[in-house]
Amino acid sequence: MTGRLTICDSALEAVAGIADGATVMVGGFGSAGQPVALVEALLESGASELTVVSNNAGGGDEGLAALIRDSRVRKVICSFPRQSDSWHFDAAWRAGAIELELEPQGTLAERIRAAGAGIGAFFTPTGFGTPLAKGKETRVIDGRSYVLEYSLPGDFALVAAHQADELGNLVYRKTARNFGPIMATAARTTIAQVDEIVPVGELDPEHVVTPCLHVDRVVRVERNLAMSGGRS
Amino acid sequence: MSTLTGIDRDALARVVAADIPPGSFVNLGIGLPTRISNHLPPDSGVMLHTENGMLGMGPEAQGGAIDPDLVNAGKLPVTELPGASYFHHADSFAMMRGGHLDICVLGAYQVSAAGDLANWHTGQARDIPAVGGAMDLAIGARQTFVMMTLLTRDDRPKLVPQCTYPLTGPACVSRVYTDLAVFLIQPEGVVVRDLFGTGFAELTTLLDVPLVDGTQETVS
Repeated sequence: MTGRLTICDSALEAVAGIADGATVMVGGFGSAGQPVALVEALLESGASELTVVSNNAGGGDEGLAALIRDSRVRKVICSFPRQSDSWHFDAAWRAGAIELELEPQGTLAERIRAAGAGIGAFFTPTGFGTPLAKGKETRVIDGRSYVLEYSLPGDFALVAAHQADELGNLVYRKTARNFGPIMATAARTTIAQVDEIVPVGELDPEHVVTPCLHVDRVVRVERNLAMSGGRS
Repeated sequence: MSTLTGIDRDALARVVAADIPPGSFVNLGIGLPTRISNHLPPDSGVMLHTENGMLGMGPEAQGGAIDPDLVNAGKLPVTELPGASYFHHADSFAMMRGGHLDICVLGAYQVSAAGDLANWHTGQARDIPAVGGAMDLAIGARQTFVMMTLLTRDDRPKLVPQCTYPLTGPACVSRVYTDLAVFLIQPEGVVVRDLFGTGFAELTTLLDVPLVDGTQETVS
């Protein structure tokens, strides 16, 4: 049984075609759900002038942090850029070399969800009366104040899941689910790195979190879960 | 430093924990509020939510129990308890924003007498702004409690007539737990429920906020 999914042999093959100027969504929260191999392949591919949508703006010297260090990222749309180890973002921001669009985490998530669900914009109470609502349209609905937020689609989504089947149905593990399922719906092309690819029929349909129609390419990446504490 | 010595952080965490009804769904903010979980009785049935997509979070993971796929909102490795569930970020924040959490407890730079909260940004141009889930939590839970020291290191009050730091959310805080007193933000004003190592008269001299003495009443 074959579908439209491309099963790639390498992460570099999986990120092929991500052009300069693309909007790339990158899943992950802390060590959980980071598509490390895909981001490293994106670095190797040489794409630049990227807009990156992610919860954070990279930490340490690898992954998204390395993309920022090498001036490949024009703009970051995120909720929490400042971390103890976000030195590459911090330096770029202080030098005025990177644009930051800061969003409350739930608004960021809902903007992504809305893009995948065909919703153009929505009113949220989060952020009303704060600096993050400055310049945004507001409305009172049933006595409560709301801020208008627009959907946030991407050209590509890079996500990490636990298992894919050969059609591209995805299952996640624990809190590594985080942004994966919504980013997979919001991008034109979704690329998943997974621990394991199994034959069609092996995944319990009741357990599939991301149905295969949201997934375009998948690559298996060796990951040692027993190696504890791997923070990225 | 003020000469006043109220209660320490763990004693304060115990006070907050005692106010969380059994069976509540609760989100504890990063930092000081995290300590509250150490003081919830094991049979309380309180379920902890973490905004990165989990209900039924257990204590911090140690040694071989550390799993890079299982972290809390502070990105620290944690454990799962029986009955736990996982969900994606949009569902997790819908849980908050939709008013499905009973209580969240947050740290703060400042809280105003009207319950405005400032806890995400100093407002200094040199400081990189980072908000995370603070704004969603502040306005989303049915009740938002703040846990903080009453005074800054240089003795300036953090319970203020109006916040000078950028707001996280307007009129969202219902209680403020501090090392010197517990305050209830109510329509009639700021009511002092408990005092720790200080008297009501002394407390009024520390703050620019009108206070109502509620220490003799049995308020919930």
